[in-house]
Amino acid sequence: MAESQHRIVDVGPGKPEPMITPDTQPYWDAAARGVLSVQRCQRCLTAYFYPRPICPQCGGAEVDWITASGRATLLSYVISHRPAAGFTPPFVIAVVRLEEGPQMMTNIVGIAPDPENLELDMPLIVEFEKRGTACVPVFRPAEPAS
Amino acid sequence: MTAVIIGAAETDRVGVIPELSTMGLHLQAAANALADAGLTPADIDGVASIGTPGPVTIAHALGIKPLWLDGTYAGGASFLIHVRHAAAAIAAGYCHTVLITHGESGRSRVGPVPLVVEPWSVQGQFEVPYGVAGAATTFTVPALRFMKETGTTHEQLAQVAVVTRQWAQLNPRALRRDPITVDDVLASRMIAYPFHQLECCLVTDGGGALIVTSAERAADLPRRAPRVHLLGSGESSDGPVMSMMADLTRSRGFQLSSRAAFRQAGIGHRDVDHVMIYDAFAHVPLFGLEDMGFVGRGEAAGFVGDGHTAPGGSLPMNTNGGGLSYTHTGMYGMFAILESVRQLRGEAAAQVPDPRISVVLGNGGSFVVAGTLVLGTAEAAGY
Repeated sequence: MAESQHRIVDVGPGKPEPMITPDTQPYWDAAARGVLSVQRCQRCLTAYFYPRPICPQCGGAEVDWITASGRATLLSYVISHRPAAGFTPPFVIAVVRLEEGPQMMTNIVGIAPDPENLELDMPLIVEFEKRGTACVPVFRPAEPAS
Repeated sequence: MTAVIIGAAETDRVGVIPELSTMGLHLQAAANALADAGLTPADIDGVASIGTPGPVTIAHALGIKPLWLDGTYAGGASFLIHVRHAAAAIAAGYCHTVLITHGESGRSRVGPVPLVVEPWSVQGQFEVPYGVAGAATTFTVPALRFMKETGTTHEQLAQVAVVTRQWAQLNPRALRRDPITVDDVLASRMIAYPFHQLECCLVTDGGGALIVTSAERAADLPRRAPRVHLLGSGESSDGPVMSMMADLTRSRGFQLSSRAAFRQAGIGHRDVDHVMIYDAFAHVPLFGLEDMGFVGRGEAAGFVGDGHTAPGGSLPMNTNGGGLSYTHTGMYGMFAILESVRQLRGEAAAQVPDPRISVVLGNGGSFVVAGTLVLGTAEAAGY
């Protein structure tokens, strides 16, 4: 497995799945291979997320897909006690910042949903939940560097 | 030429109204606002509202033949933006007198506005898969980062709800009027950590409506109540979803809309006697106080804790009891405007002494879109 490929955990159907559009197809195709992919402007080199055809920094229309490292830090979160299809409350809804710069919503997995386990700015690593047809990126605390 | 609010009213009751549909709430509020202004539908030639049911249906139901329609949807900020757009339309000569309506059966869900996230949308693809379930699980997410960056404590967050309840105790129409303490807030049911139930807005039924015209036309109309002038306004947006905010600790929409409104009004913060800041959750007024520039970075929680926004304070805020304790139908902005109008007319339940200028900050979605109105008395407007 290449370094940029990450673990895929089959959680089965039940949790919400995205309705994929042509603009977002490459992102979800990469996710299905365990790869986190974001776009980058060829002109100003800004990496950005969510997928869209125009660079939000400079307006450039020439954009690439790049493979993100999967490393991120925890920007903020809530521990939701609200019912949600496929989820067992309480669970963590977070916004994380990718090493490449963009931020995204995700779930934090691999820890009990307790503030003690969730320090802002903590390092995280991506993995993917296979939910029926789509693979959805989620994050777990990164292993300490050895 | 300034635009003037000549009619302003809520539904007969707010709170739990299962006998009225969403449409019924719009129409009762519209009828009450027309009566407040001493006008009939024949006097109205512009309509702004949001779907469901939308301005076309509202106009038709009331027998209005509109020459101008606005259905701008900006969630709870819609009605502030409608006031702004109405002022522009009146100044442009597109119409002369605009009716703006809100009605929402948020609690009883009678003929409700559908709660649908399109599965292909930005939120459908990039937030819904993470189990978001309404504003309580999205609007709340930036709070912990804000608390860390500004040094705001959990007790200070709870204090926002406590102070808002102090205002509600003075308002017989408020749904929640029992006094509460910080301990009560922190002991209430956890909704989405760090938010307890008492730090989250109510879910209610209700409606409200406004009638806006030019100062010139207002001068020729019967004067039922003191006129409230629009001194300045602004609108802006952050992004389609909370998770795409450029900075989770600041709302660009709050900043840009308020800056535009203050500039147009030609006022500074010291000129403001009263403020309404959309309080769907306890952290939103803290963002608002900072983003509008009433306090510096990290000072909002202390400002509230020191009583500046409480009854008797230097900047009375959310004096109807807010979305936290008065009412919150889902798109609360109309009620924030109406409280500012009542304060400037001198007819609020918790009346502050002789306000000349009131500022209203409205939010739509979870830090998605915002509008600001600077309202003033006739004297403040130079009339």
